[in-house]
Amino acid sequence: MDELKFYTYIAVFGTFGLYFAIAWWARAGSTSDFYVAGGGITPLQNGMAIGADWMSAASFISMAGMISFMGYGGSVFLMGWTGGYVLLAMLLAPYMRKHGKFTVPEFIFDRYYSKTARIVAVACLIIASLTYIIGQMKGVGVAFSRFLEVDYGLGLGIGMFVVWVYAVLGGMKGITYTQIAQYVVMIFAYTIPAVFISLQLTGNPIPQLGLGSTLADGSGVYLLDKLDMVVTEIGFKEYTTSNLGGTLNMFAYTMSLMIGTAGLPHVIMRFFTVPSVEAARSSAGYALVCIALLYTVAPAVGAMARLNLMHTIEPVAGQNLEYSERPQWFKDWETTGLLQFEDKNGDGKIQYTANTTDSNIVVTNDMTGAQQTVVPNEMVKVDRDIMVLANPAIANLPNWVIALVAAGGLAAALSTAAGLLLAISSSISHDLMKGVLTPDLSEKNELLAGRVVMTIAILISGYLGLHPPGFAAGTVALAFGLAASSIFPALMMGIFSKKMSGTAAIAGMCSGIGVTMLYVFQHKGIMFIPGTDFLGNMGADWFFGISPNAFGAVGALVNFAVAFAVLKFTGPAPANIQDMVENMRTPGDVGAAHAH
Amino acid sequence: MENKEAYWKENLRLIFICLAIWFFVSFGLGLLLVEPLNEIRLGGYKLGFWFAQQGSIYSFLGLIFWYGAKMNKLDKKYNAES
Repeated sequence: MDELKFYTYIAVFGTFGLYFAIAWWARAGSTSDFYVAGGGITPLQNGMAIGADWMSAASFISMAGMISFMGYGGSVFLMGWTGGYVLLAMLLAPYMRKHGKFTVPEFIFDRYYSKTARIVAVACLIIASLTYIIGQMKGVGVAFSRFLEVDYGLGLGIGMFVVWVYAVLGGMKGITYTQIAQYVVMIFAYTIPAVFISLQLTGNPIPQLGLGSTLADGSGVYLLDKLDMVVTEIGFKEYTTSNLGGTLNMFAYTMSLMIGTAGLPHVIMRFFTVPSVEAARSSAGYALVCIALLYTVAPAVGAMARLNLMHTIEPVAGQNLEYSERPQWFKDWETTGLLQFEDKNGDGKIQYTANTTDSNIVVTNDMTGAQQTVVPNEMVKVDRDIMVLANPAIANLPNWVIALVAAGGLAAALSTAAGLLLAISSSISHDLMKGVLTPDLSEKNELLAGRVVMTIAILISGYLGLHPPGFAAGTVALAFGLAASSIFPALMMGIFSKKMSGTAAIAGMCSGIGVTMLYVFQHKGIMFIPGTDFLGNMGADWFFGISPNAFGAVGALVNFAVAFAVLKFTGPAPANIQDMVENMRTPGDVGAAHAH
Repeated sequence: MENKEAYWKENLRLIFICLAIWFFVSFGLGLLLVEPLNEIRLGGYKLGFWFAQQGSIYSFLGLIFWYGAKMNKLDKKYNAES
C-alpha cells in the first residue's frame, strides 16, 4: 500500500470511528430525542450542525468547480445558498420555534387546520429530500472508489451502514452531535488546501484576501487580472464578468435558491432543536458563520484551481505541455474518465481552449476586443468535480492533505444524507402515521416506526445511488423548485398573514408546484424521461430567458398571487387560528418542541 | 407581555429595513449594478464581482446578528422574553 492510500484509510476510518463513538454516546431514548434532540442544543452547536446538514457533496465537491468554469456567473450559488439564511432568521425560524412542534408538515397542519395541507406538505418534503439523497449517495460511492480504489457499490454500502448506525440509533440527537464533528472535519479539509494554495500563488495565507492580491511570482499582476487575461487569450469569456444566461436569469436563479434554501424542511426542522426563540434567531447567524467559512473560500479555490490548471498546461507562454510529460495527477484522473485528452492536431502537446470545433477559428478577445485565432480544444473532458478533489495534487501538496480532502468529502455527503433521512422518516412516522393514519400510536411504537422507516429510506436511497435514474442531475432543480414554490410561501403567509386560510394556502401551494413542475417538465421531459419534453430544452423557448433551474421564484410568485386571490373570495381563517398566529409572533413562554 | 401590536409593528419595521439591505447588497450591488461597480477596484477585485462573491455574504452575516441583537432589545422593552 502506498503512502497516500495509507493516510486516506486512516483519515476515512478514523473519522468513521469517531462518528460511531458519538452515536453510542448520544443515542435517543424518546420521540423528543429522536425528532428534536430533546430541544437542548445550544445555538453554536446548532449552527455547526446546520452547516454540516446544509453543505452537501455538492457544496464541498462541485461548487468551487462550477465557479471555476463559470466565473462571475457562479455567484448565483454563492449568494443564493447563503442569502436564504437571512430569510430563515427573520421570516420563519423564530416563529416556527415558538409554535414548538416536531416537523414542518405538522406546523402546516396546525396553521391551516387541514389534513390535506399536511399530506401535500409531506409529499413535497419526500420528493425534495429523496432527490437530494441520491446525489449524496453517489458522492459517497465516488469518493470511496476514487480515493480507496474499492468498488463503487461496496463504498456505497459502507456509507449506508455508517449512516444507518448513527441516524437510526441516535435520531436527531445522534445526528446533531455527529454533524458537529463532521462540520469540523469538513471545514479543515476544505480550508487547509486552500490556505496552502493561496500561500503558493500570492504569498497571502488567507484565501479570501489572496484572491484579491497580486501574484507571488514578482510580476506585480493581480491574480484575477492574470486569470482574465489567460482565459480570454484562449477564447473564453472574461472570468470576472462572464454572465450566466443574462441578468434576469441570474436574478431569478439567485432568488429561487434563496427561497428554496429557506423552504427546505431538513434545514427548517433543525431550528426546532434549540431551547428558545432567541436561540433560534442566533442559530441562523451561527449557521451562516459556519457556512460562510466555506462559501467565501470557495471562489478563491475555484479561481486558483483554474489558474493552476492553465499553468500546468501552458507552463511558459506559448509553450504547451507535452502530453508524454503530463504529471501523475493528470494520469490518475484520466483513468477515472473524468479527464480526457484527444490530440486533435497530432503535435503531441496539450491545447486547452474554448474552441469545440475541429478546426481553427477566429474570435474576438472578450477583454481586448482584438481578433485572435483559437486552435481546437484538446481537453475534451474536464469534469467540474476534479477542481476540488485534484486541487491539492495539482498544487503538489503533501499526501496527508489529499487524504483529508477524501474524509471531508465523505463527511459532507454523510451529514447531509443523515439530515434528509431524518426529515423523511419523521414526516412518515410522525405526520402520516401518528398524524393521519394511526393517531393512537404510542410514543414507544412511534419511535420504533421512525427507526423502521429510516432503515427503509436508507435502503431505497442506497438502491437509487447504485442505479441512479438518468434524471438525477435534473432533479436537484426540482428539489429547490418545490421548496421555493410550495413550502416557503405557505410558511411565510402562515406567519405574516393572520387571515390566510387553509383553502387559500392549499390552492396557492398546488398552483405554485404545478407551474414549476410544468415548466421543468416541458423543458426537461415529463418525469425527466427523454423525448417527452414537448417544448425542447432550448434557450430560445425559455420564458423570458429564465432557465428551468431558476423557475422556483416564478412559482413562488404564482403561489402568493393565487393564495391571496382565493382568500378574497373564500373568507379568512377562523378566530382561534388567528389567535394562534398572534401567539407565534411573540417569544413569550416557550416549551420544548412537543407533539401535542 | 403587553401591547403585542406595537411589538409586532416594530418587528415588521426592522425586518423591512434588513430585507431592503439584503436585497440591495446582493441583487443590487452584486447583480443589477455590477457593471458600473466593476469600474471601481478593491485591491485585485472588481467591486461588483467582490460584492457578488464575498461582500454580499459578509453583509448577510452582519444583518442576521444585528437583527438578533435588536430583537433581543425589543423583547426586553416589551417584556416579551422567553
